[in-house]
Amino acid sequence: MAYVALRSVRKRYSDKEILKGVSIDIQRGELISIVGPSGSGKTTLLRLIDGLDFPDSGEIFIDGIKLTMENAPKLRKKVGMVFQNPVLFDASVYDNVAFSLKFRGLPDDLIRQRVEAALNLVMLNDLAKRSALTLSGGEAQRVALARALVYDPELILLDEPTANLDPANVLIIEGALREANLQEKTVVLVTHNIFQAKRLANRVALLLEGEMVEVQETESFFNRPLDPRTRRFIDGDLVY
Amino acid sequence: MWCDSMGWIEIFLDGISEAFGLILSSDAEILGIAALSLKVSMIATLLGAAFGVPLGFLIASRSFYGRSLTIAVINTFMGIPPVVVGLAVYLLLSSSGPLGFLSILYTPQAMILAQTLLTFPVVCGLTVSSILALDQRLKETLQSLSAPKLWEAFILLRESRIGLITAVIAAFGAAISEVGAIMMVGGNILGYTRALTTAIMLYTNTGEFALAIALGIILLLLSFGVNLALTILQMRYRKKR
Repeated sequence: MAYVALRSVRKRYSDKEILKGVSIDIQRGELISIVGPSGSGKTTLLRLIDGLDFPDSGEIFIDGIKLTMENAPKLRKKVGMVFQNPVLFDASVYDNVAFSLKFRGLPDDLIRQRVEAALNLVMLNDLAKRSALTLSGGEAQRVALARALVYDPELILLDEPTANLDPANVLIIEGALREANLQEKTVVLVTHNIFQAKRLANRVALLLEGEMVEVQETESFFNRPLDPRTRRFIDGDLVY
Repeated sequence: MWCDSMGWIEIFLDGISEAFGLILSSDAEILGIAALSLKVSMIATLLGAAFGVPLGFLIASRSFYGRSLTIAVINTFMGIPPVVVGLAVYLLLSSSGPLGFLSILYTPQAMILAQTLLTFPVVCGLTVSSILALDQRLKETLQSLSAPKLWEAFILLRESRIGLITAVIAAFGAAISEVGAIMMVGGNILGYTRALTTAIMLYTNTGEFALAIALGIILLLLSFGVNLALTILQMRYRKKR
């Protein structure tokens, strides 16, 4: 059974249909990358899986349970989300990560252990006491990743986590994602960077103008795409 | 006129020298008046904040029918004339009023009640503005991190703490400087309900300008002291971007 399943999901914002009947199965423990040009509906897809918004029609299942407005807060406890432009709290780096655990009522000593481990994973232990608002874009993104990983979610959703970051930060974030995936976590990575998808993903899906064009094993996706639009996207011939 | 013959500069200088004389001599009557002013306005500010911050937060963070109208009403009450509040509280507390049984008209409690009605909309209105001015993605981030409602409120209020201190500064300013409300419900009774502003009004009416100026300076110094403390707090919290 798929860990995340979308069935004919449609979503419209004002007069524009963003998702036009998207269906996809995401298996437990896989790292799947959803690629596509800007405005193709990738972010909307992640928001719907995190229950921050709801489909106009169609269904989403998380671990076999149909996602509804009522059960979204409960299901979301197993999900970690990293936004493209994360908002950090006006507090120290340590507190920004610790809040996720305080929300869950964990004891202080356990919080300390887990925050240190999460900061270690994104190589930010040295900056633990710094105000999070003084960080660079890359460091801020790493804090956002640490606070989403620290509560040990089963599913991690990432929306362009390395867009506009320098190679050093990209390397650290990709390392942390590989590590999370090694621990059998399901990772959905939205990116428009096909090279990143190639480096990290077990499977790749192409979303184009709200339609799921193709989902394939990474190697097949890049070498033997089934849809001509996928080939054009990979080759950079798709004008958008 | 007396003013013309003596000259306003002389009156002013006289007032200043008398003010420092009174402050340095720790005149019991003046100290009592100043202490009452400070006590009444501080308690009214704290009560206004205790009710205004939670209500302002709820109004700003929930969507409900008539929200804009509610905010407009609160903003209107931020500028309500103190004499109108004084009149309303007077009618409520007078022996034939609905709260007449409390028998607190012409007491410091009545003054605190009247000033609380002045500070409450100021704190509430400015809390609404502060919360509405926050980055809307903050709430979504908290939702995504599964923050319980109380934690969500704590973090959002914490994020707007500079605005909340501004609200308290404005509320305290409105309370300590007003005369209409406390005059009507306190009665300006010497040694009991006479505050700095009501005393200044009385001494001006009776021609004791020097004393009035002295009290005016004390009022400004007290107000400055409280605002300085709050401003230092505010600067400590400013975002370190």
